[in-house]
Amino acid sequence: MTVGGFPQARVLGRDVPRVEDEPLIRGKGRFLDDIALPDMLHAAFLRSPHAHALIRGIDAAAARALPGVAAILTLADLLPCLAETCLKTAMPSPSYRQQLDRPVLADREAVHVGEPIAIALAESRALAEDAAAAVEIDYDPLPVVADCLAALEAGAATAHRGAPSNLVAEMTMGFGDVDRAFEQAPHRFRERLRIHRGGSHSMECRGVVAVPEPVEDRLTVWSSTQMPHAARRLLCDILGLDENRIRVATPDIGGAFGPKLVFYPEEVAVAAAARATGRPVKWVEDRREHFVATAQERDQYWDVELATDADGRILAVRGALVHDHGAWTVRGVNVPQGAMGAMPLAYVVPAYRIGLKVAATNKVPVAPVRGAGQPQGVFAMERLLDAAARGLGLDRAEIRRRNLVPPDRMPYATPLKTRGGIAVTLDSGDYPRCQQMALDGADWSGFPARQAAARAKGRYLGIGLANYVEGTGRGPYEHVSVRIEGSGKIFVATGAAAMGQGTRTMLAQIVAEQLGGDLGRIEVITGDTAAAPLGLGGSNSRQAVMAGSSAHVAARRLRQRVLEIAGQLLEVAPADLEIDGDRVRLKGVAEVSLGLSAIARAAAGQAGFPLPEGGGPGLFAREEVVIDAMTYANGSAVAELEVDIGTGKVTILNLVFAHDCGRALHPRLVEGQLMGGIAHGIGNALYEYMVYDENAQPLTTNLAEYLLVTATEMPPVKILHIESTTPLNPLGIKGVGEAGVIPIGAAVASAVEDALSPWKIKIDRLPLSPVEILALLNAAKARDSL
Amino acid sequence: MSDGGCASRSIAVTVNGSVCRAEAPVRLTLSDFLRQTLHLTGTHLGCEHGVCGACTVLVDGRAMRSCLMLAVQADGHQVTTIEGLAAPDGSLHPLQAAFCRHHGLQCGFCTPGLLTTLVEFLKDCPDPTAAEIREAISGNICRCTGYDSIVAATIEAARALRGDGTTP
Repeated sequence: MTVGGFPQARVLGRDVPRVEDEPLIRGKGRFLDDIALPDMLHAAFLRSPHAHALIRGIDAAAARALPGVAAILTLADLLPCLAETCLKTAMPSPSYRQQLDRPVLADREAVHVGEPIAIALAESRALAEDAAAAVEIDYDPLPVVADCLAALEAGAATAHRGAPSNLVAEMTMGFGDVDRAFEQAPHRFRERLRIHRGGSHSMECRGVVAVPEPVEDRLTVWSSTQMPHAARRLLCDILGLDENRIRVATPDIGGAFGPKLVFYPEEVAVAAAARATGRPVKWVEDRREHFVATAQERDQYWDVELATDADGRILAVRGALVHDHGAWTVRGVNVPQGAMGAMPLAYVVPAYRIGLKVAATNKVPVAPVRGAGQPQGVFAMERLLDAAARGLGLDRAEIRRRNLVPPDRMPYATPLKTRGGIAVTLDSGDYPRCQQMALDGADWSGFPARQAAARAKGRYLGIGLANYVEGTGRGPYEHVSVRIEGSGKIFVATGAAAMGQGTRTMLAQIVAEQLGGDLGRIEVITGDTAAAPLGLGGSNSRQAVMAGSSAHVAARRLRQRVLEIAGQLLEVAPADLEIDGDRVRLKGVAEVSLGLSAIARAAAGQAGFPLPEGGGPGLFAREEVVIDAMTYANGSAVAELEVDIGTGKVTILNLVFAHDCGRALHPRLVEGQLMGGIAHGIGNALYEYMVYDENAQPLTTNLAEYLLVTATEMPPVKILHIESTTPLNPLGIKGVGEAGVIPIGAAVASAVEDALSPWKIKIDRLPLSPVEILALLNAAKARDSL
Repeated sequence: MSDGGCASRSIAVTVNGSVCRAEAPVRLTLSDFLRQTLHLTGTHLGCEHGVCGACTVLVDGRAMRSCLMLAVQADGHQVTTIEGLAAPDGSLHPLQAAFCRHHGLQCGFCTPGLLTTLVEFLKDCPDPTAAEIREAISGNICRCTGYDSIVAATIEAARALRGDGTTP
């Protein structure tokens, strides 16, 4: 393992114990559902059982009469508390062809199974569920749009009554003279692909507790969200309140992985219900609700072509992408845009063009799940490269080696732009070396012998690889403040949101590096609008890069001020001082020292006495380092597996993951992020399938039907590290939160195709269930017997 | 908490060594009884249909899904939750300490069920292989760690519980 990018550091780059662990390991964490307040009401939502239906009438009289029921509220009932009736959460894009802002509660038309229509409030959750079940709704079912390809056909029914079509957005991404390159290319390869991704399935589902404070007309909203500041702004807009009236805070979050960055109807309905009733209201999503109410990624159909020269060098890539958007625009077009942006990124691609159509369907809205489209884009590119390798008779690793962006061209300016119009420039890395590390780690060159030996025994082994480049650390900023109070304790507050990755440990490490090295003296407050004036929260593998940079700069500035004041009080030069634990010491003279507490008190000042010279009052530093450009991490995965041709079962035998996320602040946390992502990627490759029938009824609504990876499905995983320092931020770091998931589906597909090569089976879809594989085998056998 | 017109029963459950007497509605699950009635919120609910394992507690030393068991079924039995794993002096159970050392938890939501599952497992199987540990926790879903760190922590904890070798 080649880690150790902070050789001189005290705590950076080291596997220090996590500050999060102590309460969590004792069962003393405080998750959303652990919040219990006096007089609190419990909410349950009444949800549409139809994928598409008119709501003719709602009769809640019987439900309201049940014991323990405080209220049944529909959109009409909430109107007095609402300044707006829709959630305007779509990010800007010129690609939209229609606006689909979802309502706080559906009132005339329900457009997916699970859409909330009414909120029941009762003295317990059980009573609230009884009440919701007793509400009578008169539905008139409407034609359903269940598939995004069919949705775009002429004459298709529309997912929304009265909509001109199901085309939500369209755009073209690309550069260069693609068609000319294809005309002149000696070789072309085409793939039609269907890629499915499921939900995030954090082990903790979503939840909200809203606490009205009538004396000052304030509202505290505890939410299991990745974006508390955005949630506050949206609540202010919809409830018609100023920001200083609403605090949004996050308790411990039991995983998030994307969907908790979306702002949801339940967050508004619970907040509005708390204001309407004057009582605290709690709603906790259960798993079955999570399947029908929390954002998913779902289906993409790609029709793509690759043009190469005789040596397998890429001349151009072109194609079309159709993306299932679900019923509402809850985030925008960022998932397919991320997919298209990721597709060519690891390689030198002279000309590129993908046309995108985003289709509305009567299904749960689509928004980012860990990876946010990038696994799909990588899958499309890697499938094409495998097709080209096969067509040209090249080794799959060799064709990639010839096309990977070489290290001598770094920084490599691509013609692509991010969704915000920022140039995509690959900032650092040695992609060919990374691939070679993965190949060596997996003994790629020795595989043909292993494969042949297995075949001789009637076993079918395959090996596959995939490369990815991931945009991480999305800017423009994250807020961090560092304060040393009179006790000498250090308080860090940030707009970043912790959701289980060790964000607080990461920030405490960075601050401790500058301020004494003792993480035990540092308290980090994340995800609380009362503690941080600004914040963009957790997404895009951004928090170490953006919040980490701000924490580093703020802590360094505070360190300077501490040493300056200590120098004055001790009458020595600041350069001769060091901070050790809670004291500032004269280097080499241990008895000359001063506590951080005394320095903080001196800096706080006393009425009528002058402050220490050279700076303002207090030991406080605030920073929002602004970085627009993303920093690009990369990696290569090699999967070796066996396909049981009798049952269709795929067993991954070995997985090697070589990657580069810049300097590792905490190697064990980095590996933890990668391992979690890899497990998720294995789920996407082989197990996780959110199935809807032709009426857009979800068929997988529990964890026995929708399969998450458990310990017995995990293969041996070897993680190999390269650390290429990025010049884009002061710590030289890149993000790693999503990296693990990105190449796994592509590597597994490549390996399954290799294992099934005796039948010349092409793998054109994910996930690959045993049923799918048996169907492919049976079709191939039928074809060959003709 | 009143629960409508549902019938209730008086129950006495020994939880983490203390006898807890309460009036429990017959439809109340053991998990809700622990979390809501006894305020022991360390036991978490991840699916409430018996698959994810987050709510696992020990009933008379056996790992049980508290979401699939009614509170009234625990009447007269001994229940141990994550809050009861540390020693009376507060020192962590070897599994808890090893989970921290090996980064066996990230968000910590599934951790209580994994710990209780493994406490029972290591009693039955004090010197397990990695494969046996994976089988033992195959009813506990963790979305964060990819499980390797949990397996490593369990091997170390097993060694500590057997009393052979030293832990760091």
